[in-house]
Amino acid sequence: MNPIRYAKAGNATDAIATASVEQGAHYIAGGTTVIDLMKLNVEEPELLIDITTLPMRAIAATPGGGVRIGALATMADVADSPLVASGFPVVAQALLASASPQLRNMATIGGNILQRTRCAYFRDKSQPCNKRKPGRGCSALDGQNRFHSVIGTSPHCICSHPSDLATALVTVDALVHTRSLLGTRIIALEDLYVLPGDRPDVEVVLRRGELIEAIELQPSIHARNSAYLKVRDRASYEFALVSVAAALAIEAGTVREARVALGSVAPKPWRAHDVEAALLGKPANDATFAAAADVAIHGMHGYGHNDYKIPMTRAAVRRALAMTAGVA
Amino acid sequence: MSQLSRRWFLVRVVAPALVLGLRPQLVCAAAVATVTRLSRVGPQPTAVALSINGRTVDVALEPRETLLDTLRDKLGLTGTKKGCDQGTCGACTVLVDGKRVNSCLTLAIMTQGKSVTTIEGLATGEHGDTLHPMQRAFLEHDGFQCGYCTPGQIVSAVGLLGERRPTDDASVREWMSGNLCRCGAYANIAAAVQSVAGGPA
Repeated sequence: MNPIRYAKAGNATDAIATASVEQGAHYIAGGTTVIDLMKLNVEEPELLIDITTLPMRAIAATPGGGVRIGALATMADVADSPLVASGFPVVAQALLASASPQLRNMATIGGNILQRTRCAYFRDKSQPCNKRKPGRGCSALDGQNRFHSVIGTSPHCICSHPSDLATALVTVDALVHTRSLLGTRIIALEDLYVLPGDRPDVEVVLRRGELIEAIELQPSIHARNSAYLKVRDRASYEFALVSVAAALAIEAGTVREARVALGSVAPKPWRAHDVEAALLGKPANDATFAAAADVAIHGMHGYGHNDYKIPMTRAAVRRALAMTAGVA
Repeated sequence: MSQLSRRWFLVRVVAPALVLGLRPQLVCAAAVATVTRLSRVGPQPTAVALSINGRTVDVALEPRETLLDTLRDKLGLTGTKKGCDQGTCGACTVLVDGKRVNSCLTLAIMTQGKSVTTIEGLATGEHGDTLHPMQRAFLEHDGFQCGYCTPGQIVSAVGLLGERRPTDDASVREWMSGNLCRCGAYANIAAAVQSVAGGPA
């Protein structure tokens, strides 16, 4: 790990000002991503700005029945919040399926949604990687790509996004509240991420120094009736091979509203709009869910070791929808 | 930096620049850079006071040092083990303000003002020879083979007690999943944890 300097931020304004204009400045909160990647010299900040004492940890109900979660709330804080568990079960389930109790005590939700891919070539500086250095090539295309993406990829990058939480947040229409030198703004979580294209090093729409202050969960009937299914190599403490977050509003046996997002199959949390369309107005039964699952894999393309993810996605979508509808 | 100098910059620099049609983003950045500078330490070692096992210890730290390395290499507390050093095994588990964390992914300098408990801090008594109930349970249930993961397992289990989770076998296994044991002593580890977690407080 390179030598670094360290500063504790007393307020958000000074933290943002410094992070915005100083080359090599990087925020640190839980540290579980940045310290890990600093040890690998994949992240090489010169200055860490410790934001952990900023007043951004509260989890509070919003007037409309939603929940505003401070970016510094830990994964454990959010998973244990009754407000989240009752109104947004998919979020609590995704968090409890993530990482380990230790890591959930450390990692913040602001950091979680910005975590970097687990691609082994991204993490290994001896290998070419367009995400680390655009133009060097993608080692995963013809390499060990069992964990990589089957949709949303580009010839330059086929990495997958590892966040269970972000996948779940897509289905509850989460909003990301940020602050930068230009003021505050609100970004739909779905729009936070950009696909790799020919610039895999650009992952989010945030500007340099822009700080996530909170994540807002918007209340809805479908959010209350939601679930998370994670398929992985071992039962706990493991990243997903494929995951499905689903939220369904069902009235008199008919699907009235639907959100479906796929995790670990794309470079960003993948909202499955076609699956949602295939559910609307249909009876909430296995025939509908099987047909919707067939739609889920349209446009998917494997790279050899990850071909299995396509049939796995179809099976996982069908099962997740049944779980969510309570007909499993 | 004082409010006066911020105001001075806004009035004398930012406003005229905006009038001239310069990009507001750049102007603001330049202004803020001039008037704001977070005080910082490092990269050379800096004197820090840490609270470890109820005692305050003064230590010189580089900001990049992990709590794990500080405990082992500077404070002689080698009970906390380095396994993977990347947050995937749990051998380095310690308690920070009572919550279990991976000390390999914690910067020591960020634990200033917090209370750190390691495996060495669990025993009590005048000579530190009265074992914590969880330590006794691991002995009674033979909850280890080689012993390398054991300090992390025990500290993690003590942290788990404070979280008040369900104490059936499946729940204990799930809530202890952040601690790997390559010998595969899981059955006895789970029994040891259950014997304390499920028993009288």
